[in-house]
Amino acid sequence: MADSVFGIEFDGGVIIAADQTNARSILTYQSNLDKVVQLSSHSAMGVAGPNSDLVNFSEYISKNFALYQLSNDGIQLSTAAQANFCRNELAAALRKGPYQVNILLGGYDKKTSSGSLYWMDYLAALTKLKYGAQGYASNFCLSIMDRDYKEGLTQDEAVQIVEKCIQELKVRFLLNQSNFLIKVIDKDGVRVVKFGADPADN
Amino acid sequence: MSILEYNGAAIIGMAGKNCVGIASDNRLGAQIQTVATDFKKVFSMDDKLYVGLAGLASDVQTMHNLLKFRQNLYELREERSVSPKVFSNLLSSLLYEKRFGPYFIEPVVAGLDEKNEPFLSAMDLIGAPSYHEDFVVSGTATANMLGMCETLYKPDMEPEELFETLSQALLASVDRDSLSGWGAVVHIVTKDGVITRELKGRQD
Repeated sequence: MADSVFGIEFDGGVIIAADQTNARSILTYQSNLDKVVQLSSHSAMGVAGPNSDLVNFSEYISKNFALYQLSNDGIQLSTAAQANFCRNELAAALRKGPYQVNILLGGYDKKTSSGSLYWMDYLAALTKLKYGAQGYASNFCLSIMDRDYKEGLTQDEAVQIVEKCIQELKVRFLLNQSNFLIKVIDKDGVRVVKFGADPADN
Repeated sequence: MSILEYNGAAIIGMAGKNCVGIASDNRLGAQIQTVATDFKKVFSMDDKLYVGLAGLASDVQTMHNLLKFRQNLYELREERSVSPKVFSNLLSSLLYEKRFGPYFIEPVVAGLDEKNEPFLSAMDLIGAPSYHEDFVVSGTATANMLGMCETLYKPDMEPEELFETLSQALLASVDRDSLSGWGAVVHIVTKDGVITRELKGRQD
């Protein structure tokens, strides 16, 4: 709940942003964590939840996608297929040993030349959205996105909306999340637009 | 709060003269917060066989996949389409298999049998079925829906009138339930095909 993850679709791709805080109880372990994990060349997922599940789930999924590509002569799964694969894994694990991860999966498909964003909670409910948020951030940010989102946003406009959301959290959210990392997924792949603190720093 | 009420849903199945209607709301919520306003809960398993799944959204999606899988197996082995009452029985068995760790869904089956007579059934989360000639309901607004259906229903409605009755019953019911609503989808199934309409109700 404390992790802030949000995403927004624009014309030609998807933006996913997340805070960079890694904390438990009263201690901040790290403030440059990258919670938007790359899954394939043109997809990534923002993950909210305990670091253990974040790492285990995202690595399991991304390695499975890599295996699919290797086994199928380089064919990549569509974003919808990736999202449904994740859902099935979460659903299977739910009654055995659940992953407590709430995710926003964004990807770009060459076939449709457009991005798509998928919202999935830890219970494995999946829905495709134009914009969404996970965690307490949703209480602050969904209304902003409801107001400002329109069809055919440019990447800059989408980033502006995300910046607005981040600013709102900084002002009104009880927990201090000083660093946010914003990634874009479009025809050129997955890349960082902006970060509060460099994940590569020690 | 009950796990069956976490996401919110409202589904009605209603019978007419040689036709059957099934409708659901569009909301997907996480308790009081609305996440999506286009979440489908009624699925077409065949031209004349529809199933509506109310309850935990994750299990709705899991069960939809499972039902499609089992229906495919049936049709491969039997080399014929599955009839509504057999499908309903299959669903009941699938749910009871998980008797001590159930899927949190309460389904509604609506279809036309081989003679194009309407078939309706509803079940609880462990597969206890009930069969009705008039209407079946499921979801977070069952009290509201039962009251509306009991009042508005009459037997042997033609498809157009069935659509009106079903729509009014659902819309009025979800307006008094915070966990369901945000529009609706209504399917009217006749021997000649299905007409699907989207309803715009109160968007709250």
